[in-house]
Parts: sequence; C-alpha cells; structure tokens
Amino acid sequence: MKATTPKKHGIEIAHSDAPDPGAGWNLRLYVAGQTPKSLTAFANLKRICEEHLAGRYQIEVIDLLKQPELAQMDQIIALPTLVRRLPEPIKRIVGDLSNSERIVVGMNLEKRPGPS
Amino acid sequence: MPKVNSRLTMLEKVPTGINGLDEITGGGLPAGRPTLVCGAAGCGKSLFALEFLIRGATKHDQPGVLMTFEESVDDIRKNVASLGFDIDALIAQKRLIIDFVRIERGEIEEQGEYDLEGLFIRLAHSIALVGAKRVVLDTIEALFAGLSNQAILRSELRRLFGWLKQRGMTTIITGERAGDQLTRQGLEEFISDCVILLDHRVIGQISTRRLRVVKYRGSTHGTNEYPFLIDESGISILPVTSSGLEYEVSAERVSTGVGGLDEMLGGLGYYRGSTVLLSGTAGTGKTSMAAHLAQATCARGERCLFFSFEESASQILRNMRTIGIDLQPFVRKELLRIHSARPTVYGLEMHLARMHKLIGQFRPTVVIVDPVSNLRSAGTNEETATLFVRLVDFLRRNGILGFLVSLTSWAGTSETTGDSISSMVDTWLLLRDIELSGERNKVLYVRKSRGMNHSNQVREFHITSKGVKLVEAYLGPGGVLTGAARLAQETREVAEAERLKQEMERRELALTHRRKAMEAQIEALRAAFDAEAEELRRTAANGRDRLGQLEIDREAMARSRRVTERSKKNNHR
Repeated sequence: MKATTPKKHGIEIAHSDAPDPGAGWNLRLYVAGQTPKSLTAFANLKRICEEHLAGRYQIEVIDLLKQPELAQMDQIIALPTLVRRLPEPIKRIVGDLSNSERIVVGMNLEKRPGPS
Repeated sequence: MPKVNSRLTMLEKVPTGINGLDEITGGGLPAGRPTLVCGAAGCGKSLFALEFLIRGATKHDQPGVLMTFEESVDDIRKNVASLGFDIDALIAQKRLIIDFVRIERGEIEEQGEYDLEGLFIRLAHSIALVGAKRVVLDTIEALFAGLSNQAILRSELRRLFGWLKQRGMTTIITGERAGDQLTRQGLEEFISDCVILLDHRVIGQISTRRLRVVKYRGSTHGTNEYPFLIDESGISILPVTSSGLEYEVSAERVSTGVGGLDEMLGGLGYYRGSTVLLSGTAGTGKTSMAAHLAQATCARGERCLFFSFEESASQILRNMRTIGIDLQPFVRKELLRIHSARPTVYGLEMHLARMHKLIGQFRPTVVIVDPVSNLRSAGTNEETATLFVRLVDFLRRNGILGFLVSLTSWAGTSETTGDSISSMVDTWLLLRDIELSGERNKVLYVRKSRGMNHSNQVREFHITSKGVKLVEAYLGPGGVLTGAARLAQETREVAEAERLKQEMERRELALTHRRKAMEAQIEALRAAFDAEAEELRRTAANGRDRLGQLEIDREAMARSRRVTERSKKNNHR
C-alpha cells in the first residue's frame, strides 16, 4: 500500500503534466494559494535547484485550493510540502525551505563541481 | 434547525444514535461542537467514534467524515464488519467518507515555517463531498508523532477546532489517556464543551467497560460511571438510573396465577408493570410460583419472558407439568419464551445487555428472572446490586411486570436478600419452610406490597398435582402451625370454641337469674317505700289539723285576755 499509492497517483498525474524522464529530478511543491509562506518556499526551492541541479530538475507547483482532492491522494497535511518524487525513494520536506543547507542534505542534492 | 429565540435557549444537542448515550447526556452531544472522547488503548474509543458516524449516516440523516490517523480503511472495514456495520455501502452512498492520514515518523522533514492547511483542505473537501454534519478525528494526537514543532501543532489544532465549530460540525476527537492526564497531548485544553472518558477494567477476572461524562458545559448530565458493552450490534451503554423515577404507572391489576394469592393482594393480584420479589429458601416452590404467573400471563394472550439461571427450558417444562402447569402450548404459540444460561457464562453487563435485547425483541408484559440471586456469582456484590437497580429500572420504564426470584440462604436470613433489592420492589412475597413436629411445611406471606391493601396473614400452601394451593395457617403460642400441628390445633380450637360457647350460655343463664332476683328486690323495695310514703302523708295531714286548732285556741285566749285587762284599768280609775 505504502509503495503503490504514490506510484499509482504519479501515473494519473503524468498525463497532464508529464515529468521529463530524462530530467532526473521531479519535485512537487504543494501550496494553498499564493501565501507569503508558499512564495518564500517556491523562491527558496528555485534557488537551491538552480544552484545544485541546473537543467536536471522539474518543479511542479500544486495549489491545493484548486485541486483539493490531491491533498488526500498524496497524503498532504502540512503546507508547504515539498515532495521528491524522482529519484526514488520519495522524500518529503515541510516548511518554507528557508534553511538551504538542510534541504541539500535532506534531498540528497549533492553539489556537482561544474560541468564534468 | 429550530430557531434560536433567546440566549436562554437550551444548548442544542445532536442524538448520537448510540444505545443509551443519548439518555445519559440528555439528548446527545453538543450540536456543531467538538467532543473529546478519551481513554486508554483498547477502551473502544475508535469504535465509539465510528458508531457515532454510522448512526448519524443511517439513523439521523447526517453524513460524516472520518479522518483516521491510525488505522487504514481496510483495517476499519474489518474491525466493524464483525459488528454488523457495512461501511462500504455507506461510502458508496456518499454518506460516509474515510480519509486515512498516514503519518510516519522520519519520513517528513521540517524546514522552517509551515501550517496544517493541507489537513484543513482535506477535511473541507471531504465535508463538501458528502455534505457532512459529523466529523471524527481519530486520533489526531498521531500528528505529534509525525511532526515535531509543538508550537505550530498546538496553534493549528486550536485553529482546527475553531474552524470545525464555525462550520457547525458535530465533532468527536479521540485522545489516548496517559497517566493523570486525560490525553497524552492535553487536547482537553482545546475542547471544553464535552469530555467523555472511556475505561476498561478487569475486576475479579470479569472485564467491564465503563463510560463517564467528565464534563458537559451548559448541560446537565449523569455523572455516574455507566457500564457499556460492545457486542454484535455495536455499543450499548446501560444507564443506571438515568430516567430518575419518572415512570408511568398502571392502576391495572393482573392475576398472580395462584388462587388465594390474589385475595391476599387486595383481591386483585399484582399491579401491571410493578416489580415483584419472591424470596425463599431452597425447595420452597419459587419456580412453581413463577410458572403459575407465566401460565396466567400467557392464558391472557400476553407474552412472558422467562430467564432461568438454574434449569434448562425442557427441565422447567417437565417439572411444571408434574404439578399440573403445562407451559408447552404457550411455548409453541410463542407466548412464552424460556432463556436458560449459566450465570457465569458472561459478565453481569453481558447478562443485562442480553436481557435488554431479548426484552426489546420479544416485548413481553411479564419478565421472570429465576433466580436473580444466582447472578451474584458473575460479579461482585456491588455490581450485582447496581445490576438489579438497572434491571428493575428498565422493566418499570417499559411497563413490564418484573418477577424476580431470589434464593435466600438457610440460617434465619430469609427476610434479607443481601442485595438491598427489597427496597426497590413493589411487592415482596416470602416463602418459608417451617419445621415442626417432625415435618416441614411451606408458608407464604406478603412482606410488603405498595399501594394495595394486602393481607397480613401467614398462609400455608401445598404444591399439589394441580399446582400451588393456599390453605389457612394458624398462629399458636409457639409460632406458625402447619401440617399435623395445624390439624391438632384446629381440633383444639374447635373444642375450645365449644367450651367457650357453653361457658357463655351458662353465664347468660346466671345473668338472667340475677336479673330476675334483682327485679324482685326492686319490687319489694318499691312496695316498702310506697307504704312509708303513705304513712308520712297521713301523719302530715294530722299535723296540719292540729296546727289549725292551736291557732283557733290562741285567738280565743287572746280575746278573753283583752277583756280582762280593760276591766282592770277601768276599776283603777
């Protein structure tokens, strides 16, 4: 159950907003409207990704006010929530992502020293 | 919804539909407000909450949302299937929605500020989907295991409960009891309207579940601990005396089934719907008395439910046939139902609940429990006493004549029941064995009978092949006389009566003689008196004559004297 539910929903979502399989990192940010907290979280995420995963990531922002059913499907309680869907395993971080050091560790975003 | 006219309007309540709970709380849980249901693990709080939703959806047309933090939908389905609840059907009809919130420690990392808006959105979505009026959060404390920021969680929970209140959701929030606190996370500080505590205790190897309303703001409520049980039809809470003493009482009388006993009870028998206690030592014919009542009831075409804790149904039927009471036809016609069970097969609660249920199904006008005293082996004395109170209470409220048979022990205690049951009953009949002159005889008397002019006699009775027969008993100087002693006494009394009669006649005769003598004496006295009176009269007449003569003489003398004086004067001049 634990492993199948997110996968199933992942497929359901895929047709509308298909993650690029080649991109490697598929991140979802769940928010509820454009609150200061969600804007901060998105800005922080964008910055960290650009810094560590330039060109290899995709951010999907899900506004639960518009798609409330996804809150139950994806087991969201706290907002904002960042879900790393790919690469597996799935990881979750809640909060406005203000501590970038911790995000890097939590999401295993190892810093790549330039192009190689 | 009723219009609120003034601030004094009573707090609105929502019936839960859980057996007995609405009676204790005087109508249910506070409408549109959260209620905290807490208790230790395994006390039945999840089931309580779920039944609240299911009853709401099925009985009160109030769809519900269950947000569960501990059990998956599958688990819940399995748990309640054994209780006869089909939650799949309710989910399919959009009367119930179950949202399993899975929280696993370590899976979520917290970075900076967040809130629980996701939870709000989920709830709002579910509420909108089924048009919910009821919400259950079971057990929201699990959030504290998954998220570590206490400050955020607490303020968000406060906001959540306020939010639910604002939406008018009648909510049950469950919480696990920890030590002295009602809930591990102190949820009671957020929920102040109504707090219900569940408890599961084992005393003397028999487990009892109990419920107590700890708090109910703005409402009166029973403060007792109420036992409850969970069986195949869900939760049943058994109010001890929730209805107070407000029964409808009947003035109608029903026959006891025993010729002669009706006469002892004001000539008409028991009151319909009253409670009768029949106590007696072993082998005094208690079951026979009960069988008579059953027969009389069924013969009127009414139903009678017989709970036997000693004999099997067939045993009772056979034994009663030997004393001329054939109950078999009534069993066939479904007017009589006999339920036999060993007292120790269940705890007391289960016994009472089973009785409640069977009475509810069968709807009898007479319930016989033979013997209630045996139930004592299924619980402590204190528990048994409350069981009796509740049983009597239940029967009275339903206008059922309760006939409770109590076995009393031998030594001189036949007038105490040991269960303080006697003060609750309306009519108390006592059966006793009296051992005298080498034989043992049975007597019956009415110890009390409220609201009727009952006999104060001690009556001897025989159990014959035609049932119980009452005969006159005799009170002699040595106590109640029965059997051969009674016959001897009867003979003695006849002789005594004859002697008395003769004595009376003799005395009357003597009196007549004396009266005659007296009258003769009076006659003689009167004659003497008359003679005396005549004598006196005559004497008085003589006296008067003489007085008159004296007067005349004196006049004459005076005249002659004056003449003499004058002549003397003239001579002197």
